[in-house]
Amino acid sequence: MNPTDCKYTKEHEWVRLEGDTAVVGITDYAQDQLGDVVFVELPEAGSTVKQHETFGVVESVKAASDLYAPVSGEVLEANGALQDSPELVNTEPYGGGWMLKVRPSDPSELDSLMDAAAYDEYLKTLQ
Amino acid sequence: MAQANETQETTRADETLKRTPLYETHVQLGARMVPFGGWEMPVQYPTGVLAEHHAVRERTGVFDIGHMGQLRFEGPHALEFLQWVTTNDVARLDVGAAQYSLLCNEAGGILDDVIVYRLAETRFLMIVNAANTDADYAWIETQLQRPGRGVDPARVLLERISPPRTLLALQGPKSVDVLSKLTSIAVGELGHYHAVESTVDGVATVIARTGYTGEVGFELSFDALHAVHLWNALLEAGKDVDTIPCGLGARDTLRLEAGMALYSHELTVDTNPLEAGLERVVRFEKGDFVGATALKAIAERGPERALVGIELVDRGVLRPDYAILVEGKPAGRLTSGGPSPTLKKSIGMGYVPVACASPGTEVAVDIRGRPHAATVVPLPFYRRQRRTRKG
Repeated sequence: MNPTDCKYTKEHEWVRLEGDTAVVGITDYAQDQLGDVVFVELPEAGSTVKQHETFGVVESVKAASDLYAPVSGEVLEANGALQDSPELVNTEPYGGGWMLKVRPSDPSELDSLMDAAAYDEYLKTLQ
Repeated sequence: MAQANETQETTRADETLKRTPLYETHVQLGARMVPFGGWEMPVQYPTGVLAEHHAVRERTGVFDIGHMGQLRFEGPHALEFLQWVTTNDVARLDVGAAQYSLLCNEAGGILDDVIVYRLAETRFLMIVNAANTDADYAWIETQLQRPGRGVDPARVLLERISPPRTLLALQGPKSVDVLSKLTSIAVGELGHYHAVESTVDGVATVIARTGYTGEVGFELSFDALHAVHLWNALLEAGKDVDTIPCGLGARDTLRLEAGMALYSHELTVDTNPLEAGLERVVRFEKGDFVGATALKAIAERGPERALVGIELVDRGVLRPDYAILVEGKPAGRLTSGGPSPTLKKSIGMGYVPVACASPGTEVAVDIRGRPHAATVVPLPFYRRQRRTRKG
């Protein structure tokens, strides 16, 4: 159910390598738990993010939640479409709802994350 | 992703949560159930808070508000006793009328905000907040042991009637059309803050034109035995206008847009009615009542702070407890905040010093350590378009 070309964190972020670029977003489980997303605060291009540290905030109608970077590196681009259409996080969590493009400083960091099968198992423990 | 700022009402984990008669219905509908005021309540259905919010603004929604408390006051001294325990002037109520009111302690602190309905000459219904029901009842009982205003306790019957009674709300511009299908009463003619005892789909019901959304709407009090029946009847009658079940999430965004206070947020025992902008429901001219002396003193010297509407100018979302900054310094805190789905901006309410309370005052709100530009605006944020009566 969760894309097999992504790796996952326990905080429900995903990261997908596209060539030299890592694309980052939150999972379908995360968007479902949040409910309607109304605002996303993301770092600017050129800033750096560090694995397992906060890189931004996603706000649903009811609450604000921190976002944790699945990988360290330099931010190449934040998804500008989310400014006017934050609901993309709900409707296309693995597509148009992506949040960051990052140039990973150490791609081997991804080895420590869950693959789709492990993440599916992890979600079962949360029921 | 981790929740940094949960704005839901929380209840202690060790507390046994109460359930309304519609609990199973909500679960079957796929609602997300959360603790609220000691009850396990639907915060949203699979439709989501935004869709539920817009349904009420544009069409009609049905809310289970069976968590709210209902008290009955009856007898020849019931009116005078209500004059003693509430701040508004109950004598102004004709039979069939209702009023927003407050319970205040001796110091003028707000114990609860309530609605008082005069159902008959000597019979009244009071709706109180879920989390306060036990405390309100105990406090009112204590007051009944030694009431002021010459009230004879033997001539007042005080009774907690929830359970057995429960409450549903039908809210939205189409609510008159929907409810009309289920009752012989001309509910469109029922005035704002008026109530009538009748039947809805055969169930004996107090039909009240009150609500917590800023729209036309009704609140229905009836025996909880019929809760599932009436819930389904309202949804069925409203099918043609796409009436949907709505949860507490939408109830909160709707009441915030309407500038309505929420007990434990805008109103607490540490706030008084004058700073909360509720002087219209404090009627000193009616004579003595609990808290009158303290409130008169506050009225004479003038409140130090005022509850205001705040509109965020910068991008972001206002949340309860965020600091309000005036000239860069903390001057107050938000008591409520969130997105406004109707106005498409972020709004909140909070207390600021009276000198900074005028609409148009430029302030800032501290969001995660960074000041965000905001403006003091008049309440309510949203006012429904009134239909002009023809002929």
